[in-house]
Amino acid sequence: MSDISKNNNSNINNDKEQAKDKALRKKANYISAKETSAISKRNRKIVDSFEARRKRKNVQESEYTTTMRDPNNVVEFDDLHTYFFTDIGTVKAVDGVSFDIPQGKTVGVVGESGCGKSVTSLSLMQLVQRPQGQTVKGEIRFNEGGGKAYNIPDMPDDKMQKIRGNQISMIFQEPMTSLNPVFRIGAQINEVIELHNPEMNKDAVRKRTLEMLELVGIANAEGVYNMFPHELSGGMRQRVMIGMALSCNPKLIIADEPTTALDVTIQAQILDLLRNLKDKINSSIMLITHDLGVIAEMADYVVVMYAGRIVEKGTAHEIFHSPSHPYTVGLMESKPAINKRVERLYSIPGKVPNPINMPNYCYFRDRCNRAFDKCAGEYPPEIYLSDTHMVTCYRYAEDTKGEVDK
Amino acid sequence: MSENTNLLSVKNLKKYFPIKSGLLGGQKGAVKAVDGVSFDIPKGKTLGLVGESGCGKTTIGKTILRLHDKTEGEVVFDGVDIHSLSREELRKIRPRIQIIFQDPYSSLSPRMPIGEIIGEAVREHGIVPKEQFDDYITKIMRDCGLQEYHKDRYPHEFSGGQRQRICIARALALNPDFIVCDEPVSALDVSIQAQIINLLEDLQDKYNLTYLFISHDLSVVEHISDSVGVMYLGSLVEFAETDAIFGKPLHPYTQALFSAIPVPDPDIKMDRVILEGSIPSPANPPKGCKFHTRCRYAMDVCKVEPPRTIEVDPGHKVVCHLYDEEIMKNKENEK
Repeated sequence: MSDISKNNNSNINNDKEQAKDKALRKKANYISAKETSAISKRNRKIVDSFEARRKRKNVQESEYTTTMRDPNNVVEFDDLHTYFFTDIGTVKAVDGVSFDIPQGKTVGVVGESGCGKSVTSLSLMQLVQRPQGQTVKGEIRFNEGGGKAYNIPDMPDDKMQKIRGNQISMIFQEPMTSLNPVFRIGAQINEVIELHNPEMNKDAVRKRTLEMLELVGIANAEGVYNMFPHELSGGMRQRVMIGMALSCNPKLIIADEPTTALDVTIQAQILDLLRNLKDKINSSIMLITHDLGVIAEMADYVVVMYAGRIVEKGTAHEIFHSPSHPYTVGLMESKPAINKRVERLYSIPGKVPNPINMPNYCYFRDRCNRAFDKCAGEYPPEIYLSDTHMVTCYRYAEDTKGEVDK
Repeated sequence: MSENTNLLSVKNLKKYFPIKSGLLGGQKGAVKAVDGVSFDIPKGKTLGLVGESGCGKTTIGKTILRLHDKTEGEVVFDGVDIHSLSREELRKIRPRIQIIFQDPYSSLSPRMPIGEIIGEAVREHGIVPKEQFDDYITKIMRDCGLQEYHKDRYPHEFSGGQRQRICIARALALNPDFIVCDEPVSALDVSIQAQIINLLEDLQDKYNLTYLFISHDLSVVEHISDSVGVMYLGSLVEFAETDAIFGKPLHPYTQALFSAIPVPDPDIKMDRVILEGSIPSPANPPKGCKFHTRCRYAMDVCKVEPPRTIEVDPGHKVVCHLYDEEIMKNKENEK
């Protein structure tokens, strides 16, 4: 390294310029301690007000009951905003997301890492890291059945515990880290069932657990009941996780990248299992993944997210046969497909914008290969191409359509 | 394709890891991670290696680089057997064979600036004279899509895709002939994957590099490789040019593997071959054909006799009894 500094010293002018350049870059990327403390002070106030509201006792049920827009939906996300108040600024992880999960259907959520797909599902489970992470605006309506519906962000903790794991359950990406290594498989599934069905006796719980293990295609259920997680392979562990998630007959299963850590052959087994089970117990699935192939195979409806917002949503058929948003098109082209050889893969230029200082215009504009003048304006509105197909892009707006085609 | 254009040839390579147990550490058996693999890679070409996790893909990569010592067989790189070299000779040949690892988060030292990560081995091996060192590193970084001012930064300041670029730059800086890419894109997002794959292809054209591309993602392998080897439990079960193997997969395992890939089109419903169970333990592989426990065409002979390598079409080799004319004839006669 000493050679480098010597070289630089010989040219003082160059050195000065470099220092100036460096300082500028620093300014763009770092903030001073003073600014940080001011931000955290401001954030503390906001977060405290949310927490105070949360911690109230004896919240009336009327405060968090609501009505579904469509009684056939299990969950409706309505203009959901989940922010993280950090010491360097507010991260708008989910910024105005609305979509529905109909009864008995699979909704796929696609997007790159950091686009807010996991935070959306965590908001639904009330599992967002508190106190920094808060659902600041919007409703998540959950249909409990019998005409009853709850607004999840307003629910007090004790009520939420009756829903979480019982009516909504979740399958995580890493089956190794989500099972407890020091407890036997049987005990871990028993715990879930006991917690949500206090009236069941021990034998009934055990029977139910074995039933679940058999349901997910584990041949040696009795044996696996007494095993520890490390004795199972990745695919088997994921089966156990699915069994656990299904043990209380949930209305909705959230599968957060359920097959990303698995081999293709095992992935095919697990997807097949999920598809069959969904029909058997008639529940909905919210499938979060970045693999478009998995989505195409499983989902009825697709939601494409980018930087905390939905850029396109529609039925699987619409999204895959007429992708409209340039981001969706880019995503599809950048994935190599079997038996479809291309000389060079398309790659979306640039990278995801910094989540703290989001621009006012379309978030995708700086990476978009089809941007035009109008895109410099404010964030594009939701434009419906059909009853179900929504896209947020000015290229499809009525008043600008003509301009683009020229 | 004559013999002497092969940059690397692997002949009957075996790598066993001993299983030790007991107080004295007596050897109880061996995990046969790689069990008799042979292939050649011509100069400037890419060989893709696919298979499920635990089938020995990474072990092959590491044994080629002599990061593991072989148990048996030969690794001939440009006319020299790597495993017979002395320490000093090995050190001299090392810059010519490089590796890019799967996880860009754990393969970069968090305490070194990028310039140093890329430059350390360059200085160590004296690739360029001292006075050109700085420019050389800058040039390599440019080639890999990094900016000059990144030199003084530390790995934690970079995203996954950029870290993988740093790993590629580090390998490329030594002016190698051959790079083992061990799942270089598996840890990355789809759009970043495309960037890295394009980068690897551009560099191959520019520097006439030869790749061994290890991956479990078949669509990526199809895109980048000239020929493909499919591995199962430490052995190659099928080996052919990319178009041949994807157009007409012969081995039942290859067929199952290919049909398991999800197709990004909701209207195509695949008649899928779903493999039951999971991969058997390599410490105690099944007798006969290793795949017979999961094979849907398994015959009696598969349980007893290990299949031979059969060249069905020129260059398209498959290790399966189904294509062995003698065995199939015997079977016909029995009927």
